[in-house]
Amino acid sequence: VTTSPELLDVARRLASSARAGEQVEAYVLRTQETDVEVFGGEVESLTTAGIQGIGVRIIVDHRQGYASAGSLDEDVIDETLQEARDNATFGEPDDHAAMAAPVDVDGVVPAELELWRDALVHVPTEQKVRIALDLEAATKARDPRVRGVEAAGYGDARAESAIANSSGVEAYTRRTTCSAYAVALADDGSGTQTGYGFAAGRTIDELDLESIPRDAVDRAVRLLGAKPIPSRRIPVVFDPLVTRSVLGVLSSAFNGEMLLKGRSMLAGRLGEVIAAPIVEIVDDPTDPLSFGAAAYDSEGLPTRRNELITDGVLRGFLHNVYTGRRSGARSTGSAVRGGYASAPGVGVRALSLRPGSRPPEALMASVPEALYVQSVSGLHSGTNPISGDFSVGAEGLLVRDGAFAEPVREVTIASTLQRMLLDIGEVASDLTYLPGAAAGVTMLVKEMSLSGV
Amino acid sequence: MIETDILRSTLEHALRHGGDFAEVFVEDRRSTSARYDEGRAEELVSGRERGAGIRVVRGDTTGFAHTADLSESGLRAAAEAAAGASRDATAPRSISLTPASAPAPLDVVMPESVEKRRKVELLARADAAARAESDVVTSVTASYADAHRQIQVANSDGLLAEDDQVRTRMVVQCVATGDTGMQSAHEGPGRTLGFELFDTIDPEEVARIAARRAVKLLDAVPAPSGKLPVVLKRGAGGVLFHEACGHGLEADHIVKDASVFTGRVGEQVASPLVTLVDDGAYGREWGTLRIDDEGKPTQRNVLIENGVLTDYMWDLLRSRKQGRPSSANGRRQSYKHLPMVRMTNTFLLEGETDPDDIVRGVDYGIYCAQLGGGQVDPATGDFVFGVTEAYLIEKGEITRPVRAAQLIGNGPEVLKLVDVVGNDFETWTGMCGKNGQTVPVSSGQPTLLVREMTVGGTAA
Repeated sequence: VTTSPELLDVARRLASSARAGEQVEAYVLRTQETDVEVFGGEVESLTTAGIQGIGVRIIVDHRQGYASAGSLDEDVIDETLQEARDNATFGEPDDHAAMAAPVDVDGVVPAELELWRDALVHVPTEQKVRIALDLEAATKARDPRVRGVEAAGYGDARAESAIANSSGVEAYTRRTTCSAYAVALADDGSGTQTGYGFAAGRTIDELDLESIPRDAVDRAVRLLGAKPIPSRRIPVVFDPLVTRSVLGVLSSAFNGEMLLKGRSMLAGRLGEVIAAPIVEIVDDPTDPLSFGAAAYDSEGLPTRRNELITDGVLRGFLHNVYTGRRSGARSTGSAVRGGYASAPGVGVRALSLRPGSRPPEALMASVPEALYVQSVSGLHSGTNPISGDFSVGAEGLLVRDGAFAEPVREVTIASTLQRMLLDIGEVASDLTYLPGAAAGVTMLVKEMSLSGV
Repeated sequence: MIETDILRSTLEHALRHGGDFAEVFVEDRRSTSARYDEGRAEELVSGRERGAGIRVVRGDTTGFAHTADLSESGLRAAAEAAAGASRDATAPRSISLTPASAPAPLDVVMPESVEKRRKVELLARADAAARAESDVVTSVTASYADAHRQIQVANSDGLLAEDDQVRTRMVVQCVATGDTGMQSAHEGPGRTLGFELFDTIDPEEVARIAARRAVKLLDAVPAPSGKLPVVLKRGAGGVLFHEACGHGLEADHIVKDASVFTGRVGEQVASPLVTLVDDGAYGREWGTLRIDDEGKPTQRNVLIENGVLTDYMWDLLRSRKQGRPSSANGRRQSYKHLPMVRMTNTFLLEGETDPDDIVRGVDYGIYCAQLGGGQVDPATGDFVFGVTEAYLIEKGEITRPVRAAQLIGNGPEVLKLVDVVGNDFETWTGMCGKNGQTVPVSSGQPTLLVREMTVGGTAA
């Protein structure tokens, strides 16, 4: 592994500027991105850009302040440090306010992850453009009912980041990612349906490009003629993409900060049965296959595999240094940040539901009738991880006797997250690593309320 | 910000290998946010983002690059990256920039002129008010955010425009705990104002509204399931029109034939009671701008008049291609993003009916008092929006609160089912996400009745 002294040096320099009684943490980020969007056989936009930025956290007299800037210029860095220092005077003291210390490493050895691919760095822009144009053409050509391709594109990024604090904890990581997508518009005279296909990897060779037109077109075409169906209670089979989104909503319930602040629906349930016995949920950023894989968390501590639910029993919550100390435990290496502009919070990176042994077809055949949900809408507006209320728009197909039947749109499916965990009937074997902080897998929920006509 | 000569030479540099159009967008944004949680000031955060985005258009292709280096050489490097796609040798093009009249100084209390302590104090007051509202309020998070954004736009058509924009917002979220579990609710007014926002908005009242909402939800019954009449209270229901047709009327979806409203100008697409405008110049709403992010002064655009589709919303590139003026709907999240067609303040104009009469006319249905956002697929028109405060209407009376649920419908169908429109009006503050970019918007409407929509509850 080649280290980049430069970013880490910037972070170290800041960390070493701590005054007596002060703790200073610096997070430095640099990215380089390419983004191609195509339409109608032409490049619609081609973006090549990089960002760099810094976030500085200061704790003094148990008070915390934070400041950030989108620049690594010396004078800006100094200004940011002063601003963080000033901001710290306005926070009220909190005895648990803390940054990572060597003791928080807790004997955990950082995972050896190879998240960087030199190959991606050397791909010429022309090849990236070609990928996007080919995807659009292949999507258009795949089925006569495809009347257009709403969007197709390719994007990649390389990112490196460094953290250093005045207690001597530091980390440097870098990674590459790339992805491509297409959105098909299908119409057979019954109205337009859309379908989405995408693939992601760490370099172009890892992209399953052929799956993109296939998924986009199949998903659009199989919805042709979709209609709302009468309201009923019905078993629901979630497509892997949808399971990933549901896990994303659920994830804040495992968040130690939400727990301490009385905003987790799982508060007080540690050691209790909260899910069907087959349910096992882990957050494992050390798994190199997950897109959220990271050897270090956003406070510079080594990440680890955290079991959240096993045998349907709630086993733990996720913590950063602050929430760990406050709950009388240690960080679980679960500090995350939304870029350099915000102080570290708590979050998942690689949440997954343990896959079962049977393929998705077996799940569908296990109930006389079910709704197979291929996409949901309104996740941010219709779900509430505090109350557990869950109500989303859904489209997909009815499944009868194990086979796809009529397509369905303009319905909602509703339950509560608490109920859904208990109602998980089976998880398929098709665990799929997807971009974002959760993996996808086909999952059967035994009953939900479907609202339609 | 950047000197005119440097902008001009950057544009000339960007077009030195050809291209039809070039633009430099410069942004300097300072922000502060503060959060009060668990009864104490938790954190004050400040941010500074300064940079330029440069695009070069050639035919249908836009090349884009951005930089935080605003020196002449930094801008040149970004111009070259943006021009990457254009490689022909052409005669140098000379550009002359005509400055638009300088924007009037903002008559606001600039956020940076206000002591940070005062921002935190607001939150302390809100926190105390929320907790005093009820014993069952178990968690209060009050947050404050302000942003001062200076922008400068120059393009190869000779446009040179500047603006100074200020936004201030406060959000209070409360959790109430009872026998039925936890419920959360929030209230979050925001305006394009400075600190004087709090001359008209009382932080304590904001907190009490959020607290009452959360407390009421503890007694909520499961929302019904199926098709029901839906009354949308003035204000929040504007989200419905933002989703049901607003996105579908954005010209980028139209020119790609990826909207159900493509080719329908002049047609009756909604109930005759529906007049929909997008008005970026309106008051000091959350989506108000003097110029858009392509330098065009904002204006009131009538999209649907008495149910007839009159026009779409346009940005510079899409309108240029059609040989028509932009409607000043070109917006971008930051200099790091390309502009695209976005809404500003999207309003359904008021009608004539007393809002109380609207409720009285419903035998059994849902009264939506606050919505939590939504989502639409413009190509199919199918949209959802979540209700975060809603009640049953039984025999013309608003009765029991119902738990949060999603409502689903199809834009063109729902627009025709707007049966009654009230004579009241209010706006709502929100953030709108599209293709990975988030911009501040408002929506607004009077109290109105939609004959039926599918309510996604769990009650049998």
